[in-house]
Amino acid sequence: MNTQISSSVSLPARRSRAARVHQLYRRYGILAVLILLCVVLSFANQYFLTWGNIADVLRQTSINGILAVGMTYVVLTGGIDLSVGSTLALAGMVSASVVTGGHPHGVALGLLAGLTVGAAVGAVNGIVVARLAVPPFVATLGMLSVARGLTFIYNDGMPIADLPDVYLNVGTGTFAGVPVPVIVFALVVLLFWFLLRYTTYGRYVYAVGGNVKSAKTSGISTGKVICSVYLIGGLLAGLAGIVLAARTTSALPQAGLSYELDAIAAVVIGGTSLSGGSGSIGGTVVGALLIGVINNGLNLLGVSSYYQQVVKGVIIVGAVLLDVSRKKQ
Amino acid sequence: MSDFLLEASGVQKAFDGVPALEDGRLSLRRGSVHALCGGNGAGKSTFLNVVMGIVERDAGKILLGGREVHFRSPADALANRIAIITQELTPIRRMTVAENLYLGREPRRAGALVRSRALTRQAQALLDRLGFPVDARATVDSLSLAQIQLVEIAKAFSRECDVMIMDEPTSAIGESETEVLFDAIRSLTAQGAGIIYVTHRLSEVFRIADSYTVFRDGRYVDSGRIADIDRSYLVSTIVGRKLNRIEKQRRPTGATVLETTALSRSAEFEDISLSVNAGEVLGIYGLMGSGRSEYLNCLYGLTRAQSGKVIFRGRGLPPGSPREAIRAGLALVTEDRKETGLILSSSVRDNISLSAYPSLSRFSLINGRKVKTLVRSMIERMRIKTGSMSLPVSSMSGGNQQKVVLARCFSTEPVCLLCDEPTRGIDEGAKREIYRLLDEFVAQGGAAIVVSSEAQEVLDVSDRIAIFKSGRLVSMIDGHLSSQEDLLHLAS
Repeated sequence: MNTQISSSVSLPARRSRAARVHQLYRRYGILAVLILLCVVLSFANQYFLTWGNIADVLRQTSINGILAVGMTYVVLTGGIDLSVGSTLALAGMVSASVVTGGHPHGVALGLLAGLTVGAAVGAVNGIVVARLAVPPFVATLGMLSVARGLTFIYNDGMPIADLPDVYLNVGTGTFAGVPVPVIVFALVVLLFWFLLRYTTYGRYVYAVGGNVKSAKTSGISTGKVICSVYLIGGLLAGLAGIVLAARTTSALPQAGLSYELDAIAAVVIGGTSLSGGSGSIGGTVVGALLIGVINNGLNLLGVSSYYQQVVKGVIIVGAVLLDVSRKKQ
Repeated sequence: MSDFLLEASGVQKAFDGVPALEDGRLSLRRGSVHALCGGNGAGKSTFLNVVMGIVERDAGKILLGGREVHFRSPADALANRIAIITQELTPIRRMTVAENLYLGREPRRAGALVRSRALTRQAQALLDRLGFPVDARATVDSLSLAQIQLVEIAKAFSRECDVMIMDEPTSAIGESETEVLFDAIRSLTAQGAGIIYVTHRLSEVFRIADSYTVFRDGRYVDSGRIADIDRSYLVSTIVGRKLNRIEKQRRPTGATVLETTALSRSAEFEDISLSVNAGEVLGIYGLMGSGRSEYLNCLYGLTRAQSGKVIFRGRGLPPGSPREAIRAGLALVTEDRKETGLILSSSVRDNISLSAYPSLSRFSLINGRKVKTLVRSMIERMRIKTGSMSLPVSSMSGGNQQKVVLARCFSTEPVCLLCDEPTRGIDEGAKREIYRLLDEFVAQGGAAIVVSSEAQEVLDVSDRIAIFKSGRLVSMIDGHLSSQEDLLHLAS
């Protein structure tokens, strides 16, 4: 019956200003929340708006942000990837071992190895989901355990330290005053925003998430598209693994524990529908920033880390609740 | 007591200031079937939603047995003995038919324990009384779509209501089930109940209804007794202008475009050999389960045949790949636009261009200007009514949605168009436009296969008609010389 109602609404002249404001609100509601939060925090704590602190927030956001960009692709197809935290750890571990292996081009090879491992794990997820038709939740839950286990096996549960300075730059360096991880994050956002928005592949990702049967009827190789989003998720988890290892100056086997949850939270807060078909990279970036600002703000205000978790959880559900009520209107 | 079960007058409803219904009127007489007719967007659904208490009316009166009522929810309406059967089927698939029928009203022992045997017995008795061929013990999962629809209907019947609203009850069921349903309706009206019957199939209106009301553009326009009017009067009242009879001329046909030899797929269709030529429409008529849709899906590569050959433009088609089928020059308008035809959450633009991206892009980069040009020309050619090409298709009427599906199919410039129920659930005016598009396509040398469960439609559009029965091709007849009776006779 919806169709009947709105068919008479389609006259453009009748689309009132209220409707346009409403659309703006729908689109930028979370951004408004983020800005509001920043304004409040800047009054509550004078340190908040200093460049040092902003750089801190951005640096801390970048790893979750990189994961969340990949997660956006997966969620847009109606899937979910629970294994990115483990993939991050495995990729970081392998990358660090190659870097410290004494090869003359060790650093370059190490970076390549990290990305390759991430992409490979993602590809396995993709094949299990797309070809073997295992539900994404289950397939990636299995991979969460497998990849974590492999990380411990790889170096007998020991961390790998003594990473060379060139490598550490990826996590701790700055370029023109901007932390390198932030630059990496920005490049990832640009590239994957462009891919989603301006290429046929991007359209296919939306179509598969919107209605996989219609997509198939329209001539899209739906299996390949589904497989590819997990590959992207894995690849970016690999990249995040490298950045994290470089920032913490060592690859830890327990790195990235439960990072998948923050990544999913960023995607959902950013307005991407968990059932697929609608959402955007821009939204995810705002979602990731919101989580980063909440963490930072609570720290600055001296809220204990126990309370922080509670507050964060409430804000995540609250943000989505806002979204749900907006869409109901 | 009043002669009328339900009387509504001057019912108004607007959404966000946009009127969807400006003057809804309807009087339902005891023991009668009243057809509510109108095109898509005429306000029928809004009116029914108001009656059922799903939305609240802005103005107007609704009298039930002479007493004014204001329902706040469908449960409220149900408590006042008004039930509705909608097009949306919402059974719980893992439960049995009996459990579904009496969900929340199970016969109980000590208030909490379900008396399962009594439940099954009661359900089977109901189904038998209605004459529905359904086993009460079966799980809904194991039923056909037509049977599920019958279960939904039985559920409404079991509530023993005075007023029953049926919104397109036959859209999912075949000819024989329709007959069973009509018998059940007649026994219900014989007991004094009244039925509001909504359908786009005008032949059904004349078979079952006693009286009618027509809405157009949100307003009541006409009502009266079915016995006093004929089909063409009803059509022109619904559309608001006189429609010419569909003129069908014999066209010169060209070379064979698509040919299948002994194509088979187990439990679906068997040994189908037929061909379609350039410049002709081949109709396929058959009852539910005759394998007609399955045959089309297989041609298009959604499924793979187990044996037999498909030759398209002199070459074999790679099996099991819609992508290759499109590339070779095929296009499929699927049976269910919401399930398999459209990306509802996406815009008109994205839906229309979805299949054509290979020709709208270079190195995968989409050429926005080409997309706009294509979409604009399609909106014009199909006469799609939309405020902007970036509106989601979910906001459009059924007829316009179907035109978007056709636009997507035409966007790849197909040589052969496969259409499965191309006019299901859309109004008479939109139907005519789709026939016109088909005609244009074929006149320009295209070939089309049209599957439909409406005999009249197959006759209206086809040059030749293949009759399917239980998965086999039983005869091939001339579309210019046959009648509805011929089709029904051969198919059943």
